[in-house]
Amino acid sequence: MRYEAPTSVSEAAKLLAKEKGLARILAGGTDLIVQMKSGMIEPDLVVDIKRIDALKRIKKEKGGFRVGAAVSGAEMEEHEELCALWPGVVEATNLIGSTQVQGRATMAGNLCNASPAADCVPALVAADAVARVVGPKKGRDVPVIKMTTGPGKTTLKRGEFVESIFLPSRKKRSGDAYLRFIPRTEMDIAVVGAGVSLTLDKNGKCSDARLSLGAVAAKVLLVERAAKILIGSNLDEETLEKFAAAASAAAKPIDDKRGTVDFRKKVSGVLARRAAIIAAERAMTTEKKGKK
Amino acid sequence: MSQIHVSTTINGDPVEYLCEPDDTLLDVLRDRLSLTGTKEGCGSGDCGACSVTIDGRLVCACLALGAEADGRKIDTIEGMAEGEKLHPLQEKFLEHAALQCGVCTPGFLVAAKSLLEKNPSPTETEIRYWLAGNLCRCTGYDKIIRAVMDTAKEMKGKRKGKKS
Repeated sequence: MRYEAPTSVSEAAKLLAKEKGLARILAGGTDLIVQMKSGMIEPDLVVDIKRIDALKRIKKEKGGFRVGAAVSGAEMEEHEELCALWPGVVEATNLIGSTQVQGRATMAGNLCNASPAADCVPALVAADAVARVVGPKKGRDVPVIKMTTGPGKTTLKRGEFVESIFLPSRKKRSGDAYLRFIPRTEMDIAVVGAGVSLTLDKNGKCSDARLSLGAVAAKVLLVERAAKILIGSNLDEETLEKFAAAASAAAKPIDDKRGTVDFRKKVSGVLARRAAIIAAERAMTTEKKGKK
Repeated sequence: MSQIHVSTTINGDPVEYLCEPDDTLLDVLRDRLSLTGTKEGCGSGDCGACSVTIDGRLVCACLALGAEADGRKIDTIEGMAEGEKLHPLQEKFLEHAALQCGVCTPGFLVAAKSLLEKNPSPTETEIRYWLAGNLCRCTGYDKIIRAVMDTAKEMKGKRKGKKS
């Protein structure tokens, strides 16, 4: 195995393009190094992207933020403006592993590891985040929902890698939230995860909503049918009941040691509903802050 | 495999070493530099026994490559005491008997030190969450948490004393 630590994106892309064997990107390494040590993969080339300054930055862009692929969860948590704009995305990312793992793990890595239970991904999908993919050809922007196709499988082509993730600007009175169910309080893999992002109008009616579910299908789901139920409503009890039922219906989980099909479907609805309530509370809070 | 030459700083001292590209930082610390205070528990980032800081950031040494340390600042348990003088956390761990077999202890100390640097007055809940990635199979955690809380309280008292 060769280890390279280029200082520019183009240099990294060249290294990947030239490699005939198996090449892997090293960002936080919290998945990659575990896979290497357990013998799951034996890369011929590892490209460490943490020496590329641009990829270590959280940059303002068009009223939103571009988060470099080498930015750790701990760095995101310390970025007040990012936490204020996309609290659900940051809290989802901060659920990945321990404090030690947070010191290294990245959103881009969590996305490209392509686990159906990846915590930050439902929050990113709800946020309509867009990954910037670079490689031998011209860079392209790919909505996060289109980045993965199944467990461990991404739509990245040979030589390509995710350079950054873009979180868009928000309308007034917008909020997001991510909740997951695990049998304990920390350090576990989601049995179900739910991300909600929504916007309220002046009268408190929901004008826009997105729901994403994790760990209930081969890949993270965008559940438009459920989100539509929220739009135009005041998030009253009846609407939330329908919303939860639609989320449960959209979940297509498997039975495994962490949860049964029935349990996961039920919890999908429960978490979707709770996440929607938190997102709406946050949307109201941003309005109050704006008034001051 | 050709070895990689790394120049780094460990516990404030400049250090140079050669390592294999797939050596972890933990392999390097223990097997090449004989800094065996950092323990190997799981080797997969689950137990926190190998906690160190890289450029001040708490991480698992088993989840970083030795080659990555080039130009960085690494701090390990060996740098915690100043000569014979123990760090307040080390004193409190002894006082509260916050250890039995001791394998997890260096990791807990490094992680707790990192917490108190970031948040000098953590609540019990904050301490428990921060240390959730450090596993101990002996103590049941309570004495460890008490020791960290007591250290925070004492260090706070000392800071106040200095101000007045």
